[in-house]
Amino acid sequence: MGLSVRIVKKVEGFSLDVEWQTGNELVVLFGDSGSGKSMTLQCIAGLMKPDEGWIRANGDLFFDHTLNVNVPPEKRSFGYVFQDRILFPHMTVRGNITYGCKGTSKSEIRQRVDEMIDLFHLRGLEGRFPAEISGGQKQRVALVRALIGRPDALLLDEPFSALDYPIRLEMVRLLEEVRKEFDLPVVLVTHDVLEAYTLADRIVVYSEGRVSRVGSPAEVFRLPAGLDAEALWNGFLSGVRGVRQKVDPFGEG
Amino acid sequence: MATLFVVLVGTGMAYLLARRSFKGKEILDILLTLPLVLPPTVIGYYLIILTGRNGLIGSFVYRWTGWSIVFTWYAAVLASFVVSLPLMIKTTRAAIESVDKSLINASYTLGHGELTTAIQVILPLSKKGIIAGTVLAFARAMGEFGATLMVAGNIPGKTNTMPLAIYNSASSGEWANANVLVLFFTLISGFFIYVANKFSRRVI
Repeated sequence: MGLSVRIVKKVEGFSLDVEWQTGNELVVLFGDSGSGKSMTLQCIAGLMKPDEGWIRANGDLFFDHTLNVNVPPEKRSFGYVFQDRILFPHMTVRGNITYGCKGTSKSEIRQRVDEMIDLFHLRGLEGRFPAEISGGQKQRVALVRALIGRPDALLLDEPFSALDYPIRLEMVRLLEEVRKEFDLPVVLVTHDVLEAYTLADRIVVYSEGRVSRVGSPAEVFRLPAGLDAEALWNGFLSGVRGVRQKVDPFGEG
Repeated sequence: MATLFVVLVGTGMAYLLARRSFKGKEILDILLTLPLVLPPTVIGYYLIILTGRNGLIGSFVYRWTGWSIVFTWYAAVLASFVVSLPLMIKTTRAAIESVDKSLINASYTLGHGELTTAIQVILPLSKKGIIAGTVLAFARAMGEFGATLMVAGNIPGKTNTMPLAIYNSASSGEWANANVLVLFFTLISGFFIYVANKFSRRVI
């Protein structure tokens, strides 16, 4: 079980050259916007083709340029949660979840969708359209939709950055529950220090298309060696200050 | 009838032009748009050259079946089809191109191939543009005159479309008849444009 990635890709004015592995743990890709984190996820999911490298998950080979292997995205099994505009606006909550479910019979699919709706506390919202539910609920539906197909790994592209802070904390708790329930590698892209620090088993720090550090949150954030880590440390401090101001003890306010 | 073909072919072509890149795409786009700007007589002329008894395609059909499309109501349908196709393609293509790419990507990552994605995601989300295109194409097909006159002729009771009937009435001095038809035509065309605007406002 696990995910092994090496991606080399050049696009206009930017070059990505990264390599990392993960087991069934939560790895955070951390770095400034434009450092190639989202591009990495798109390459893993097959939405973008690397120039060189390989992508392996649970022993399956999805991409290898030397062997000329490039499995199309619909044949790969990754649950991808996008940052925003994620649900199909013309389908109900149930429709969106069902769309991600591959089963043999209709009753089997129905049963599995029902299970997931209960598990993620979406009962009562099944018949609503995305425009009729809140941002946090939308992200929850997106997460269910990505998980219901039993993916090899979960790819989360800044899934919480568009949400208000209290809902973000709720989503963080939800993600921890997901990890207990589903034993799979999770790759979370974020530039939020606090999210990285609290959620990650391991942090891969991206800097201008390269991996500049890999380690546990403690290792990455407590040993400020070099400019990048120092900048992160400052970012962490300002993040903590921001949280103190933003957290509202009386709920969703 | 022409509208039915236009919807089927137009949506397919629009999808191709909007979502795929291939060799000769630019030329295909130009060819499909040309009927919008060419005088109807030129289109009619092309159709005769292609489908006439001695035409490129028409001569084959005539040799095998002894039948020619020219001066039949099929020709009127063909002429309407050719002139209204660009309207359908332009409107639908704009609608398809405006579908959020991340939704299409989401569909792929959920394990659905291009066909399912097109039917379940792209086309439903471009529905408004497709309806607007259909209405515009229908209005255009109904109003087709020049190209029809060239390939289908003006044979009362056989190939006379409404614009041809108006032409006949006016040229033979039956003003009362012409007035009714013209008024009817103007109203119904205005109504179609109203419907098309309603649907396309968010698309174009």
